[in-house]
Amino acid sequence: MNPIVSVRGLRYTWDDGTEALRGIDFDLAEGQCIALLGPNGSGKTTFALHLNGILKGSGTVVIDGLPVEERNLREIRQRVGLVFQDSDNQLFMPTVLEDVAFGLLTSGMDREQAETRAREALAETGMLHKENRAPWHLSAGEKKRTAIAGILAMTPKLLVLDEPTTFLDPPGQRELVQLLARLPQARIIITHDVQFARLLTQEAAFFQDGVIAARGHVDDIAAHFGW
Amino acid sequence: MRHARIERWSLQTSSIHGYHPVARILAAATLLVTIATLGPGSSSACALYFVLLAGTAIAARLPVSEVLLGATVVLPFAACFAALSALSGEPERAAMLLARSYLSALTALLLIATTPLPALFAALETLRMPRLLLLVMQFLYRYFIVLAAEAAAMRDAVRSRGGGSRSIDFRQAAGAAGVLFARSFARSEAIHRSMLSRGFAGHIPTSESRLFTSHDGAFLLLAAGVAIIIRMNFA
Repeated sequence: MNPIVSVRGLRYTWDDGTEALRGIDFDLAEGQCIALLGPNGSGKTTFALHLNGILKGSGTVVIDGLPVEERNLREIRQRVGLVFQDSDNQLFMPTVLEDVAFGLLTSGMDREQAETRAREALAETGMLHKENRAPWHLSAGEKKRTAIAGILAMTPKLLVLDEPTTFLDPPGQRELVQLLARLPQARIIITHDVQFARLLTQEAAFFQDGVIAARGHVDDIAAHFGW
Repeated sequence: MRHARIERWSLQTSSIHGYHPVARILAAATLLVTIATLGPGSSSACALYFVLLAGTAIAARLPVSEVLLGATVVLPFAACFAALSALSGEPERAAMLLARSYLSALTALLLIATTPLPALFAALETLRMPRLLLLVMQFLYRYFIVLAAEAAAMRDAVRSRGGGSRSIDFRQAAGAAGVLFARSFARSEAIHRSMLSRGFAGHIPTSESRLFTSHDGAFLLLAAGVAIIIRMNFA
């Protein structure tokens, strides 16, 4: 399998001097799914923000053969779909359909094609019936599914989901598991919920103080770190 | 919530809703200019504008009393300045200030109550509104609701911990405003990141406008013409 993500020696320090990442090496193959576990502030989200060039630390990050550099950002952001923890931050357009079509339109697709593709993505996430609704009228679960539709519409090769179960009730979490389980893309799932991680993947990496302290089977990692 | 109600009105169907958004914006702009330039002693012109706007609300199948009442939201602000005029011995100017403010608010309310937001933004883009201003408007509308919810949650938190719901504690209020500002800033950073992730490069695509027809042109001419005639003959 070709690597979809290849990270070597990634380090990042926030403006206040906090060392968020202290030398990360990480690989992920096409279609592979992995859960990133670890305490708050251990660097999981900071790491995710490097995968599509939102943050730029030292070291190398290569996505699907493309180094994450300024000249490749447009291409990389189409290949890496990042679903943020708080869907309200991600849904900024006046209607669900327009929000899902946003990425396609900014990539230069014509409106008719973009809306067709957006509707397909909404159908995939079970949100097509809400296409004309304003995002702020949706429930937390619907917002999450809309945010995922906005990413799926771009047909990314890698999905990165940051705490996807936040704000979701148990039925919403089960729906999300079903949705994520049938996606063919490589997936990185940042979560504190081992049970949720177990339903989607057997592999986990544990972040601690800005490094990957261990990588292995979800159960072994959870047992080892008392998670 | 009021914004949800206005949004629902904007999605209704009526002859007014059916005109091109550009025609509605230009008609509203003409009305606003003619109303803004009314001098003291233009009470008959004010009455005619009121009838014109109320008639538009009826034609748009909007709940007229709610719309007329909704536009009074500006009166407390206008009343502050009107009071200054009244105190300086110009009661007629003060009354005119209140009337102009109310009619302007009613015009703006009718525009947004008959134009869905995506169509409004698309029309403003067609009219070459500066892109930055358009972006600010889009985000103001979108995140005003989120921030209002955050402010309400903070108020509930203060109350649930015994904070005053009646008396105004300025230290508490200042602290809450500071926290809200910090939260807004953090949210704006998060939104910007999410936009960059989805390929944002300075332009938010708006809905495609349909063609501006002669029917729309006739509506615009009629609405603007009536507004100008009232201004020229009754003010």
